Amino acid sequence: MSQDTLFDKVWDLHKVSSLPGGSDQIFIGLHLIHEVTSPQAFGALKDKNLKVKFPERTVATVDHIVPTDNQSRPFKDNLAEQMIETLEKNCLEHKIRFFNIGSGNQGIVHVVAPELGLTQPGMTIACGDSHTSTHGAFGSIAFGIGTSQVRDVLATQTIAMNKLKVRQIWCDNKLSKGVYAKDLVLHIINELGVKAGVGFAYEFAGPAIDDLSMEERMTICNMSIEGGARCGYINPDEKTFIYIKNKLCAPKNEHWDKALTWWKSLKSNENSIYDDVIKLDASKIEPTVTWGITPGQSISINQQIPLLDDLSPNDKLVAKEAYEYMSFKPGQLIKNTPVDVCFIGSCTNGRISDLRVAAEVLKDKKISKNVKAFVVPGSEKVATEAKQEGIDKVFKDSGFQWREPGCSMCLAMNSDKLIGNQVSASSSNRNFKGRQGSPSGRTLLMSPAMVAAAAINGKVSDVREFIN
Amino acid sequence: MKSEFTPPIGKISHLKGKCISLIGNDIDTDRIIPARFLKCVNFDSLGESVFEDDRKTLKGSHPFDLEENKNASILIVNSNFGCGSSREHAPQALMRWGIKAIVGESFADIFYSNCIAIGIPCFTLPKKSIEEIQNYCDNKFLFLEIDLKNSLAKSKDLSLNLEIKESSRKMFLSGEWDATSTLLENGNLIENKFYQLPYIKFNTHFS
Repeated sequence: MSQDTLFDKVWDLHKVSSLPGGSDQIFIGLHLIHEVTSPQAFGALKDKNLKVKFPERTVATVDHIVPTDNQSRPFKDNLAEQMIETLEKNCLEHKIRFFNIGSGNQGIVHVVAPELGLTQPGMTIACGDSHTSTHGAFGSIAFGIGTSQVRDVLATQTIAMNKLKVRQIWCDNKLSKGVYAKDLVLHIINELGVKAGVGFAYEFAGPAIDDLSMEERMTICNMSIEGGARCGYINPDEKTFIYIKNKLCAPKNEHWDKALTWWKSLKSNENSIYDDVIKLDASKIEPTVTWGITPGQSISINQQIPLLDDLSPNDKLVAKEAYEYMSFKPGQLIKNTPVDVCFIGSCTNGRISDLRVAAEVLKDKKISKNVKAFVVPGSEKVATEAKQEGIDKVFKDSGFQWREPGCSMCLAMNSDKLIGNQVSASSSNRNFKGRQGSPSGRTLLMSPAMVAAAAINGKVSDVREFIN
Repeated sequence: MKSEFTPPIGKISHLKGKCISLIGNDIDTDRIIPARFLKCVNFDSLGESVFEDDRKTLKGSHPFDLEENKNASILIVNSNFGCGSSREHAPQALMRWGIKAIVGESFADIFYSNCIAIGIPCFTLPKKSIEEIQNYCDNKFLFLEIDLKNSLAKSKDLSLNLEIKESSRKMFLSGEWDATSTLLENGNLIENKFYQLPYIKFNTHFS
């Protein structure tokens, strides 16, 4: 059993009681909500005649269903309009702070909370969204919950949960040029498998992790859940503190010094004990692309799609399904696979640094005529910053469409969808069957820089050929 | 799709029903209920859309469309069932279709907690046993009687020792799987914890 890791310290601090049966009642320091997984929870509160216990500890925004082309109200899609209206009404009624479209702070919930300084080390953070693990990049313990647990957090600010085991994933050396956080996390998921993290929190550590920016660290923690771990985190350091300082909701003045002392005391250290430790060499990782229907089915850009015989017995069943669904032949190269749609955005890779990297690749170039490409900034703040830097212009000049912030084609709850069996090069997090809105649509996950390279060539390409 | 739906309530100690086998590893919640069906403010009509895209692709031969599975209520699955999105809509859709319990090789974490929170016990068995049950289901009807107190499943020909997390088993037996009231009982402890947390004092924006 793990001891003295950041996870243990934060868990123990937030433990309210031991529940009959062996799970713990855990206090949730920050609760984030959005329009998709909260309406039924508010409905349940009403049915049970309960109030929101600490309305100031819940913050809302709207992201999943928002259109990215025309955001004027009412939305063209009646169901989407009904969902945003329900959220507006619930927030108003329960006095919950809501960052609506046009507020300057709307966006994907996992992009917005760090931008506002709401996400801080040592907190427990829950949200009705599996990518809540993103916030672990700051040394918080953050995890996705379902709607019944959203109800419990609203009503009690606590949930019932079994303590997770802790696996440290130690990443030695540094990533090479043209290789990004996305490649690293896809590599980790491929190495460990998509279910290895079940029952675990992942602690990402080592020189390669220390070397990453806060936004890159968010990409890593974001995809913990794709490896089965509902929680992933990184110990806070100077980069974390610099990122948070002066943000809207960051501790100010004398509170800042107290916060800093406390945050530093939370880190895992040489006395920490883990349930498991895995080590890997980050310098060996190459640009990585998924070829299948789970985020674990990935290969390096110059590799061939694996043969059935090369896979472990447990991976064969899904591999067979993947060859058929993706129309790929075992042994085929992934490089040069034609793509129809290129999507840059999502809570994994829709931040300003992601857009900067992609714009660097696209600068003074045109995308292929055979490709529809669009970029969806992760938040209104990201969009504003990009415009100030002229990044929107670089995208538009290259042939990309510049859209309004939201989750968009990561899960296709708005009108941004693949059509038929189109192939997308996507900076998002899931390549599940039908994930991007068409029941036969095919998704290739990769870094934003690799999506930009694919857009230029109209086919899967090695971004290292575009950068010096 | 059953015509009437009544959600489970209170203690759950015995379950019995016909098994429905669904073969495949890593079946994610997008497949259980595609995202377009999440555009709703209640769960009521999700049952009919469960596995919508997979069912359309298989044109009537999906297990959830087969006539012989019509009244099945115990779902038999393979490994990492329910991975991906945290959408509770997935177990809600299964429950509204008629599923009352799931037996599988393994489950994704968030899916598992969602099932517990809405009253669907999830049990595990080794890969070999699951495959045996799935083979059995291919040829004949399998009715199982599940006894949660002893974690046992029995049929005419089979007796299986099911695995379930001890905390979940106890919650079903006591009826505390619907956690809100249990959590609320500790109102004072929650208030005390709130005032103990260091960041409550220095997060001055939270007011």
